[in-house]
Amino acid sequence: MAEEKQCEECSRRRFAKTGLAAIGVAAGGSAVFGYQFLSPNALYEPSPVVDAGKPDRYPLDSVTPDVASGIYIVHKQEGIYALSAVCTHLGCLTAWKPELGIIACPCHGSKFHPDGVKIEGPAPKPLPWLKAWIDDDGNLQIDRSETLPQKQFVRI
Amino acid sequence: MITDIRDTPVWRSIFRSGQGDSNLNRAQRVQQNVFLHLASVKVRSKALEFGVTWYLGTLSLGCFMVLVVTGILLMLYYHPSVPQAYLDMKDLQFVVSAGMFLRNLHRWSAHAMVLLVFAHMFKVFYRGAYRSPREFNWVIGVMLLMVTLFLSYTGYLLPWDQLAFWAITVGSNIMSAVPGLGAKARFLMLGGNTVNANALLRFYVLHCVILPLAAFIFLAVHFWRIRKDGGLHTGEKTHE
Repeated sequence: MAEEKQCEECSRRRFAKTGLAAIGVAAGGSAVFGYQFLSPNALYEPSPVVDAGKPDRYPLDSVTPDVASGIYIVHKQEGIYALSAVCTHLGCLTAWKPELGIIACPCHGSKFHPDGVKIEGPAPKPLPWLKAWIDDDGNLQIDRSETLPQKQFVRI
Repeated sequence: MITDIRDTPVWRSIFRSGQGDSNLNRAQRVQQNVFLHLASVKVRSKALEFGVTWYLGTLSLGCFMVLVVTGILLMLYYHPSVPQAYLDMKDLQFVVSAGMFLRNLHRWSAHAMVLLVFAHMFKVFYRGAYRSPREFNWVIGVMLLMVTLFLSYTGYLLPWDQLAFWAITVGSNIMSAVPGLGAKARFLMLGGNTVNANALLRFYVLHCVILPLAAFIFLAVHFWRIRKDGGLHTGEKTHE
């Protein structure tokens, strides 16, 4: 009787160990499986590269908002540059105020110069300059996923 | 150590009954747990033998659980709109990691569940387990069969392919053959006169919200009634 009890205990222990190990392996596998499933392999989001058309559409000393793409195309004496219209505070879309000559965010009142530098408000950083170039067909292209570390103009 | 944890105020605030050192405490641990209270406090060992049930009800429940989990995961990549539904279904097969696996798991579990529910009902019928005092649980079981079939039928439309479209066209036309109410019922079910975007959305809501909710409610009553009707029918009384 005592021996039988002993054996039952040891087999129960082995059962628990094997069971827990199996559950652990299954949980680990499910975690990897779940992570892979939840990460989309294809995104149906708009391309970060925007075709802004021929550069002569943008007259000298103008700021042209493109609300759909969230950018400003600015033409200055030095050349053309593209500025992100997404506020660096919490991501609202800013608006160009031609009568004041500034960019203003409607959400929390940040204000910027047309070169992106902050005038006032909670925004922690200036509006970033975006990579811009003229493609082979002579169209202005802007890559919204690449910000420029320093000012860079597209000359025409 | 486990004993120490079970004596902490936090543990005792969650599980009120004490340790299972007496029959009363063991019974209370089942009865005072919202999940376990559906189960019987005591089960006859005969009821756990394979031959009594072939575990068909448990297997049906297992299929249902697999369907709930895989169904929720599939919902993450599925838009119930025209023609996006078909494109999403194809993406699940060819783009999403493990999408094909989950979709097929959902599909085969659905087939298996219909089969198992029928087998479960035959087993209950031929063993006479539907007789008093379990006759009401048989009625609940018939409701669950209906919910299972409606879940199958509504899920059929969601891939939005040719098979789905014509299957629901045929199915809904069969429905309209009901005298008097048929045509109106078909109009309400489809949200229009043809199988279109409204029908897809209605079937989606039925398939993902209304019918699973109904299934959960009937399942709870079904399991609770097993306990209230004196446990599983083992046939012991007639044999001994």
